[in-house]
Amino acid sequence: MEKDKIQLINPEETVIKIEELYKSFGELEVLKGVDLTVQKGENLAVLGRSGSGKSVLIKILAGLLKPDRGNVTMLGKQLGQLQPKELDELRLRMGFSFQSSALYDGMSVFDNLSFPLTMNIKHLSRKQVNDAVEEALDAVGLIDKIERNPEELSGGQRKRLGIARTLIMKPEIMLYDEPTAGLDPVTCAEINALIVEVQQQYKTSSIIITHDLTCAKNTCERIAMLIDGTFLKIGTFEDVFNTDEEQIKKFFSYNFTL
Amino acid sequence: MNTVGTKKYLFSKEIDSYFEGVYNGYRFTIRFFKEAFTSPFHFREIINQCFEIGLKSLSLITLTGFIVGVVFTKQSRPSLESFGAVSWLPSLMGIAIMRALGPLVTSLICAGKVGSSISAELGSMKVTEQIDAMEVSAINPFKYLVVTRVMATTISIPILSFYCSFIGLIGSYYNVSNEEATSLQVFYHNAFTNISFLDIFSSVTKALVYGFTIGIVSSYKGFFATHGTRGVGKATNQAVILSIFLIFLEEVIIVQIVNWIRYF
Repeated sequence: MEKDKIQLINPEETVIKIEELYKSFGELEVLKGVDLTVQKGENLAVLGRSGSGKSVLIKILAGLLKPDRGNVTMLGKQLGQLQPKELDELRLRMGFSFQSSALYDGMSVFDNLSFPLTMNIKHLSRKQVNDAVEEALDAVGLIDKIERNPEELSGGQRKRLGIARTLIMKPEIMLYDEPTAGLDPVTCAEINALIVEVQQQYKTSSIIITHDLTCAKNTCERIAMLIDGTFLKIGTFEDVFNTDEEQIKKFFSYNFTL
Repeated sequence: MNTVGTKKYLFSKEIDSYFEGVYNGYRFTIRFFKEAFTSPFHFREIINQCFEIGLKSLSLITLTGFIVGVVFTKQSRPSLESFGAVSWLPSLMGIAIMRALGPLVTSLICAGKVGSSISAELGSMKVTEQIDAMEVSAINPFKYLVVTRVMATTISIPILSFYCSFIGLIGSYYNVSNEEATSLQVFYHNAFTNISFLDIFSSVTKALVYGFTIGIVSSYKGFFATHGTRGVGKATNQAVILSIFLIFLEEVIIVQIVNWIRYF
């Protein structure tokens, strides 16, 4: 699997470029000059403690929050310069998996998946919609739940459905916000496997926001350690794990033993 | 400039946040008008919402409208009797119900029932990130959730208001027919004799304005709900209170304008 993952990455092509990004809420400075690049086909984990600004960073990437300063370039488009319509066109090329899954409660599993599709692509036949929904559900192993409602699903199934909803638009970039938060170890392992499967099957590049070291280690080629609003270290899991940086060592010592 | 903690306020926290709320509400309303008249239009969702609002409120409006008709007739009878003017009862009821009670009772019921439901639904969607999920799926949540609901309340409440007036007059006839022999035909003829085009026009205008108010206030409060489930409860409560307050305020203004036109 490692070999396949490395073959997917194209170091020549940068799909996400973050330069000197700052974000504050009132007097609270959350991001203090963040720089990061993600290559095509790469999975990168942003690790950090709760409240370190991970979710703020991913929301800026999705265009849900505006930075105070700095540039974000995704798939060659600078986010700050996009008109609403252009931003929507870019959003169709990326998928966002929410920590809470953010499934639409008023809709069935089928409708949750068909909704973004039918709202964005007009004049699709019923068969085309059915096929796309079945394909996405099949990719996450939930094909037998097609007629259920989200509240009938377990936490892991809801996460899978959230991922399936993004896959239906065939994204080039995936943004995962705490994909394994609140799940048992077995379900965490299943979600981790799914993230790698999505990377390989859909040829996506991803940023995975997490504080779960197992998830970061098993799904990503590189790790970026976000501490106090800046990236203290970016590199392979081993590079980051073996660093002499005190704050990173402290973070790892509480969480993980290789 | 007042300072509380590290944050600076122009007047005080409460006064500043009040004016901020008014300004945000104004911007929200302006955005509604901008979004409502540009494509894409979600007609199917507007129809769904009209159906939801109409069906949800129909039984309550039927019951309340009937009771208002019966009680108001019962209360008015002794006063008219003392002047020997009981025969004016249908006419009085027609004017009272068509001009004021129909739109007012309907909108107050809808502020409670429909307004709270819209606010709670949008508030829950906000705090569970469903609105953000729409946005990142390139679906405009304002257009899909707010515009459709405001349109639906603005369309449905005038229809419900006429229905309420009709049921109120049936309630009134029920009371009148218990006291004296009057046919429904004669009762309705007398009830509508003194109703002018201006009365119908003002009734429709009121219902449209109240419907819009309920929709916009409830959507605004729900759309910007924060602080989890407690915030949703607070937003719902504020939506109902503010809607009712604005409905009474608008009632006073519209009545003043209509009276001015009537006697012009």
